Amino acid sequence: MKSLEVHLRALRDTGRTALVPYFMAGVTPDWTQHVAAAVLGGADAVEIGVPFSDPMMDGVVIQEAAQRALSAGTTIDTICSELTGTSLGAPLIAMTYYNLFHHYGLRRAAGRLAASGIVGAIVPDLTLEESDEWRSVCDESDIATIFLVAPSTTTERFERLARTTQGFCYASTRMAVTGRAIGEGDATRVVESVRRTSDVPVYVGIGITTPDQAVQAAQHADGVIVGSALVDTILNGASPADTESFVRSFRRALDE
Amino acid sequence: MSPHPNFMGAPSSTGHFGDFGGRFVPEALMPACLELEAAFIDAWADPVFVDEYRTVLQEFGGRPTPVTYLGRFSKKFGVEVFAKREDLAHTGSHKINNVVGQTLLTRRMGKSRVIAETGAGQHGVATATAAARLGLDCTVYMGELDTQRQALNVFRMELLGSTVVPVTSGSRTLKDAVNEAMREWVACVDDTHYCLGSVMGPHPFPWMVREFQSIIGHEAAQQLTQRGVGVPDMVVACVGGGSNAAGIFAGFANTTTRLVGVEAEGGAAVSHGSPGVLHGMKSMLIQSEHGQIEEAHSISAGLDYPGIGPEHAYLAAAGRAEYVGIGDEDVLVALQTLSELEGIIPALESAHAVAWIMQEAGRSIPRGSTVLLNMSGRGDKDVAQVRDILRGRQ
Repeated sequence: MKSLEVHLRALRDTGRTALVPYFMAGVTPDWTQHVAAAVLGGADAVEIGVPFSDPMMDGVVIQEAAQRALSAGTTIDTICSELTGTSLGAPLIAMTYYNLFHHYGLRRAAGRLAASGIVGAIVPDLTLEESDEWRSVCDESDIATIFLVAPSTTTERFERLARTTQGFCYASTRMAVTGRAIGEGDATRVVESVRRTSDVPVYVGIGITTPDQAVQAAQHADGVIVGSALVDTILNGASPADTESFVRSFRRALDE
Repeated sequence: MSPHPNFMGAPSSTGHFGDFGGRFVPEALMPACLELEAAFIDAWADPVFVDEYRTVLQEFGGRPTPVTYLGRFSKKFGVEVFAKREDLAHTGSHKINNVVGQTLLTRRMGKSRVIAETGAGQHGVATATAAARLGLDCTVYMGELDTQRQALNVFRMELLGSTVVPVTSGSRTLKDAVNEAMREWVACVDDTHYCLGSVMGPHPFPWMVREFQSIIGHEAAQQLTQRGVGVPDMVVACVGGGSNAAGIFAGFANTTTRLVGVEAEGGAAVSHGSPGVLHGMKSMLIQSEHGQIEEAHSISAGLDYPGIGPEHAYLAAAGRAEYVGIGDEDVLVALQTLSELEGIIPALESAHAVAWIMQEAGRSIPRGSTVLLNMSGRGDKDVAQVRDILRGRQ
């Protein structure tokens, strides 16, 4: 079992709901300070977005953040250099599109991520069917490969994805790209579908923008992921202190 | 004897053509891709569906399109050139072949709505046309920059009852329109089919669109046989995503004919690109040293795409087809030359293929060779742009 999953299972055993904020690396010069602030505010793990020119799964907020980060010259190497040697106090999970790893070289990418302290990877456009090679190089570097499930996922795919995902299973409860909270979502059914096959932790994401929504989602799941709502505040000039209090507001709501 | 009996057959069960193709989409879209694959396989094996597809293309689409011998052009350049006249098909290009197939399939899957991406507007207009005929709701995503450059096509789509959504993300051109259509598809996949316009995207699109376009090559092969030309020495077609080229190559893939795809120099994914993953497929892409997708640049909006269909990437890697680049200047000359010599104003896209023949006649195309040129579209949509460029130089 990958280190990340050992860690997140132990966290679940304490009864705490995991809180996982998402940051776009390189979006501001002080982005690592935002990450550190989020951990101070009560984050249990942090997603580090690696900017890609064509983010097919992302709504306008993450798109804008990616463009800003790219304009600032952000690359896998700059991100890993900035992370290397820093101790942020929570597991870091890279999230990006497959082309960046493919272009960098899969084995080289996994090694570079691991060397800079990253322990998991979410690649939303890498389907289970295409993932063998990536999973195998991640095995060499103790990087957990995290898969998504969606409301449209079929029974047979729920089983395969729940068996294959490592660290946690990312349950997208809405049929939408990031940042679009359309409709009620279907957390119960999606989360339960994973649990029928596996006892891997299940975290809910996509469209969670307020502490109240996080609390609702957490009724069914082991953790919640907050992305666009947080990135939006940073695009609008939030300081690391603002990020800390933003994350803390979610933490308090989840702990009540 | 066919030297390569297996070219342009079905891809592997996971949608691979050699190392290329496959499916790289969010999990939310995987069930829709699988459903589409099953529906297409079922429909394409159903004589009733195939018959309706052919009948609609005949009675509505204007097929079969003729093959025209380009007499004065041939004499001037010393090669025997025959043009497959997709420019005479309904809506002015080969795009109608694909959208007729996909909209019939949409209805067969019980879906009531289509979305599409478009660059210059040709595929958008074709989709709007086919959707109107079947009473399907239709929304077309078009880069904001392209809606300005091709304002008339926006109006055409609206006349046909479609909604055009300007895409303001990224470079505001074709690749961003594809991204946005994919994002929207996630939110409406239950009742909506994504009518992709070229031999690209996740499996089964590259295969399915090639099959719907292969009517071009099969017709042309028959027409050339009937007029005693037989198998031509060479087949030449322009390539953006590559649907017209795939369609005409399909009629000749298992002969010894030389197959040539002509890309825009500023969007030459095979010559200047490297393997990568974009828009649901693994193929050849124009990208930066860090793997960021770069913008293509071409005088023709229809070739303004930083990738190429995965089967073309495979045909190139396997050495079955070759891909070359042609610059904007040569394209303008070719458009004028063909117009003056043959009374055919080609689309800027198709003019790339014309330009390559003009460049290579007597060089890599031996004198007297028979060449089949795919005249993929008519130039009406481009005349204002060409006029502005040429007048600007006087």
